[in-house]
Amino acid sequence: MSPILFNLLLRSIGETVIMTLASGLISLLIGLPLGIILIATDRGGLFQNRPVNLALGGLVNAFRSVPFIILLVALIPLTRLIVGTSIGTMAAIVPLSIAAIPYYARMAAVSLREVDRGLIEAARSIGASRWTIIREVIVPESLPGLTAGFTVTLVTLIGASAMAGAVGAGGLGDLAIRYGYQRFETGVMVAVVAVLIVLVCGMQWVGDHITRRVDHR
Amino acid sequence: MNNPFPTIGAHAPLQRDLAATPPVVRLRHVRRSFDGVVALDDISLSVQPGEILGIIGRSGAGKSTLIRTINGLERIDAGQVEFDGQDITGLHETALQPVRRRIGMIFQHFNLLSAKTVAENIGLPLKIAGEARAARNARVAELLELTGLRDKANAYPSQLSGGQKQRVGIARALAAKPLLLLSDEATSALDPETTHSILELLREINRRLGLTIVLITHEMEVIRAIADRVVVLDHGRIVEEGSVFDVFATPRSETTKSLLRSLRPSLPAHIAEHLDVAGGAEIVLRIDVSGDAARRPLLAEAATELGLLPRLLHGGIDHVGDQPIGTLFVAVPAPGPGDRARILRHFNDKVSGLEVLGYVTDPV
Repeated sequence: MSPILFNLLLRSIGETVIMTLASGLISLLIGLPLGIILIATDRGGLFQNRPVNLALGGLVNAFRSVPFIILLVALIPLTRLIVGTSIGTMAAIVPLSIAAIPYYARMAAVSLREVDRGLIEAARSIGASRWTIIREVIVPESLPGLTAGFTVTLVTLIGASAMAGAVGAGGLGDLAIRYGYQRFETGVMVAVVAVLIVLVCGMQWVGDHITRRVDHR
Repeated sequence: MNNPFPTIGAHAPLQRDLAATPPVVRLRHVRRSFDGVVALDDISLSVQPGEILGIIGRSGAGKSTLIRTINGLERIDAGQVEFDGQDITGLHETALQPVRRRIGMIFQHFNLLSAKTVAENIGLPLKIAGEARAARNARVAELLELTGLRDKANAYPSQLSGGQKQRVGIARALAAKPLLLLSDEATSALDPETTHSILELLREINRRLGLTIVLITHEMEVIRAIADRVVVLDHGRIVEEGSVFDVFATPRSETTKSLLRSLRPSLPAHIAEHLDVAGGAEIVLRIDVSGDAARRPLLAEAATELGLLPRLLHGGIDHVGDQPIGTLFVAVPAPGPGDRARILRHFNDKVSGLEVLGYVTDPV
C-alpha cells in the first residue's frame, strides 16, 4: 500500500472513530433519558402516563423502522439546519445520532425494565421520591445492561457510519467503496476490513470490561 | 382469657391504662380488593408501642396486603389507617414519604441494592432524608456494630450469605430511627439456624430500643419465637386474635388449629393404626394442658386418685414465652365398665382439652 493510501487509511480511521463516538455520546445523552421516560410512563411505572408512553413509543418505532440509508438522505435538510452543510464527517453525525437515539432508548428501556420490583418497593418503603428511585435504584441497578447496550450501539454505529460515505462523510466505508471496490485496490479493501474487525473487537472488549466492573449482582 | 392488648371496643380491665398510650398503628374497618377478589375484609386492629405483633396466615390470606397498608405501599378501598396518631388514609405519595421514613421495613428477599455496598445500602435512608455525610457515616457504623456486620461495610450484597443480607436489611430499616418496623416474611427464605439468629436479633432490637414490630409470617414457629400477640388471618378476615400464649393454649378457629398442627405433637401413625374404636384393655386419650395444669404431676395424680396406671405414649410439655403448653397421648387401663367415665371425669376437671382417640388391647 502506498504512503498516500496509508495516510488515507489513517484519516478514514479517525473519521470513523469521530463519527461513532460523537453520535454514540449523543445517543447516550438523549437515548438514556428517553429510555427512562419509556419505562417510567409505562403501565405500572413510576410516572404512569399512557398518552406520553404511546406517543414516545410510536416515535421511537417510527425512526427505528426507517432504513438508515433513507434516513441519511431524508434528514439532509435538518442536517443543513444544524451543521450548516450536509456534506462531511460533522454532517454525518446528525443522521447517525438520530438513528442511534431510538435504538439506544429501546436497549436502555429493556435493561431499566428488568430492575426487580422489590428494590423499587424497598426504596419506596424508606420514603424515596420517584426521582430518587430513578437516580439511586433504577439507573445504578441496570448499569451493567446499560453499558452492554451502549457497546452494542457503538458497534452498530461503526457499521452505519460506513454508509455515511454516501453523503461524503468519509470514513472507512467510504474508503473501501471508492478505492477498494471502484479502483480494484484489493489491498485497501483487506486493510479496511482488518481495521474494522480490530475496531469492533476492541470496542467490545472495552465494553465487556466496563460491564463486568460495574456488575455487582 | 386475659388479653393484655385489647382491640378497640373490647372491655378488658386494662383498657383504661392503655388509653394513655396511643397505639402506634390503628386500622379501622380496612377493606381492599383486587379485580373483585377481596384481599382485606373489614380489618380492624391496633398495635401498641413496644409490642411485637405477629400476623399469620396461609399464602393468599391477605397478610402481604395488610402489612403494606400500614406504610401506604398498598392503597385501601375503605376504612382508615392511622400511624402514630396521624390519619394517613388516602395520603398522596409525596405526603407519605415523610411518614415512611419513620417506618422501617424488611423483606423476604432482602431487596438490597446490588450496585451499592453494604454501608451505602444502610446509609441510603439517611441520604434520602438529606443527612450530612459525616452524620450518615457515624450512624452506619453504629448499625454495622448492632447487626454484627462491621467487617462487611465495603462488601457488595452478592458477596453475603442470606442471613447477612437480612442483617443489612434490618440495619437499613433501622437507619432513620423508625418508630415501627414492618417485617414481611423476613425469615422465610432462610434456613432454620439463620432464621433463629435473625429472630434473636429482632427480639434484641425490640427489647433494647423498645421498637414496635409488626411481622407477617406463615410459620407458627416464628410467632412462638418472638411475638407477644398474634392475629390470625384467613381469606382477608381476622379469625382469631390474642396473646400468643392464649392462642396457642386454646386455639378457637379451624385456621389457627391447622396452623398449629405442625408445632403440636400428633399420635404416631403406627399407634394410630392399632386403635380400636369399639373397645379394648386401655383407653387412649389426647390431653391438652397449659398454664397451671401443665405444672402439675398430672399422670402421678391420675395413678393415685384413679388407682390405674397411665402410660405415656407420646407428646410432652413445650413452652411459649414463659408458659408451659403441652399435648400428651396416654393410654390408661380401663378394665371395669365404669372406668371409662371415671377416667374422663378425672381428667376433664384438670386439663384444657381432652379427647378419646380409641382403645388398644396389646401394648403398643
